Amino acid sequence: MKTFAQIVAGTLCMLACGALGLGAAAYAQSAPEGQVKHAKLIKVSARRFVFDPRNIVLKKGETVDLELTTADVLMGFNVPDMHARSDIPPGQVMHLTLTPDKVGTFTFLCDVFCGSGHENMDGTITVIE
Amino acid sequence: MKSIDRRQFMRLAGLGGVVFASGLPGFARAKDYGDADADEFYFVQLSDSHWGFQGPAVNPDAQGTLRKAVAEVNALEEQPDFIVFTGDLTHTTDDPAERRKRMTEFRDIVRDLKVKNVHFMPGEHDASLDNGAAFKEFFGPTHYTFDYKDVHFITLDNVSDPRANLGDEQLQWLAQDLAKHKNNQRIVVFAHRPLFDLAPAWDWATPDGGKAIDMLTRFDHAVVFYGHIHQENHHMTGNIAHHSAQSLMFPLPAPMSVPKKGPIPWDASAPYKGLGFRQIEIDGSKTDIDEFPIKA
Repeated sequence: MKTFAQIVAGTLCMLACGALGLGAAAYAQSAPEGQVKHAKLIKVSARRFVFDPRNIVLKKGETVDLELTTADVLMGFNVPDMHARSDIPPGQVMHLTLTPDKVGTFTFLCDVFCGSGHENMDGTITVIE
Repeated sequence: MKSIDRRQFMRLAGLGGVVFASGLPGFARAKDYGDADADEFYFVQLSDSHWGFQGPAVNPDAQGTLRKAVAEVNALEEQPDFIVFTGDLTHTTDDPAERRKRMTEFRDIVRDLKVKNVHFMPGEHDASLDNGAAFKEFFGPTHYTFDYKDVHFITLDNVSDPRANLGDEQLQWLAQDLAKHKNNQRIVVFAHRPLFDLAPAWDWATPDGGKAIDMLTRFDHAVVFYGHIHQENHHMTGNIAHHSAQSLMFPLPAPMSVPKKGPIPWDASAPYKGLGFRQIEIDGSKTDIDEFPIKA
C-alpha cells in the first residue's frame, strides 16, 4: 500500500507534468524493495555494459513494476521520454513503477558512468495498444 | 588608415578555417575589421582527445592525432592568448595506474604547446570513475574561475559525479561567484557535457544543468563552450548560446540522427574528417568562432 507521502509525491508529479505541458508518457516512482505494491513485475538486471532484457514490451495504460538490480557496480536506469529514472545500487533491489500512456518506442539507458562501454548501455521500451 | 587584424590577415593569407557565422544574438561575426581593439583577444579550444583509446576502424592514428593538433596550434600565425581543453583528455580505464599513465602521456604531449597558459577540465572519461581524484593530481581543481582582460571565465564540473550532476555545492559556489558581477559583465562558461537537454536519450545532458543556465540568464553576454558530443553544435537557451567542439579522436553522429549512437568510422578517403579544434575570438560583446580541421 502506498504511503501518504508517496501518494502526495505522485500526485504532485502528475500535476506538475500536466501544468508544464510535458506530456509525460508515464507516471513513475522509484523505491527500494518492500515499499512498492507490485503491479505486473518485470525483472531487469544490469551488468557492465548491458541490460537484460534489452527490449521490454508494455501495454498502454497498464501499470508495471520494473524490478532493477545490478550485478556489479552502481548503475542508473533512465527513461527520459517517460521522466522516469532510478539509481541501481549494488546489493539492492530497486523498483520503478510505470504506467505508459503513449504508444511508441522509448529508449532507456544507464545514466551513471560505469566505464568504457557505458555509452552503449541502453535498450528500448515498446509500448503497444 | 585602418590596420588589418589577425582575422583579416588570416583570410587574406588563406590561413583561416571554417568560420561559424550565425545570426544568433551575441554571436554575430565581427563585421568591422578595422582598428585593433585593446580588449580583443582569442583563445583555442581543444576537446575530447581520449588519449589511450584504441580502435583502428575508428581512428588508425590514435597515437598521432593529438600530436598533430598540438603541431597545428603551434603553427598558427598568431598564437592564442590561452588554450582550454574541455574534457575527456584521456579515455577511461578501470585501472587507476593506467589512468595516471595516460594522464602523464597526455600532459607530456601538450607540454609541447608554445602557449603555456593552458586551462584543463575533466570529462567523464577522466573523472567519473574516481570522482576526479587522478585529474586533480595532474591538473588541479575541476571547477574554477579566471579572468582575462574584461571577461570572466567559469569552468564547471559536470563529470566528477558519475550521475553528471553539478551538485548543490558547486551550484552554490557558482551563485556566489556570479553575485559579484553586474549584468553587463561578459561571461564565458566551459563545461564538458551540455548544460541543457540536447539529447537525454543519448546521455547528452546535465540533470541539474538548467539551474546553472537560470543563473546565467540575467547576464547580457554569457556563452557556454563544451565538448562531449564530438561535433559542432550551436544551440540557444534564451539569450545564452551553447557551442560544442569537435573531438581529437573520433566524431559522433548528429543528435538522435541514428537509432544508436556510436563513433563514425574512419573514412580513408578523407582522413581525420570530423576532427579538429577551434579558435574563439572575443571582441567586446562579439564572439567569433573559427573551426580548424585536423589536416591529413
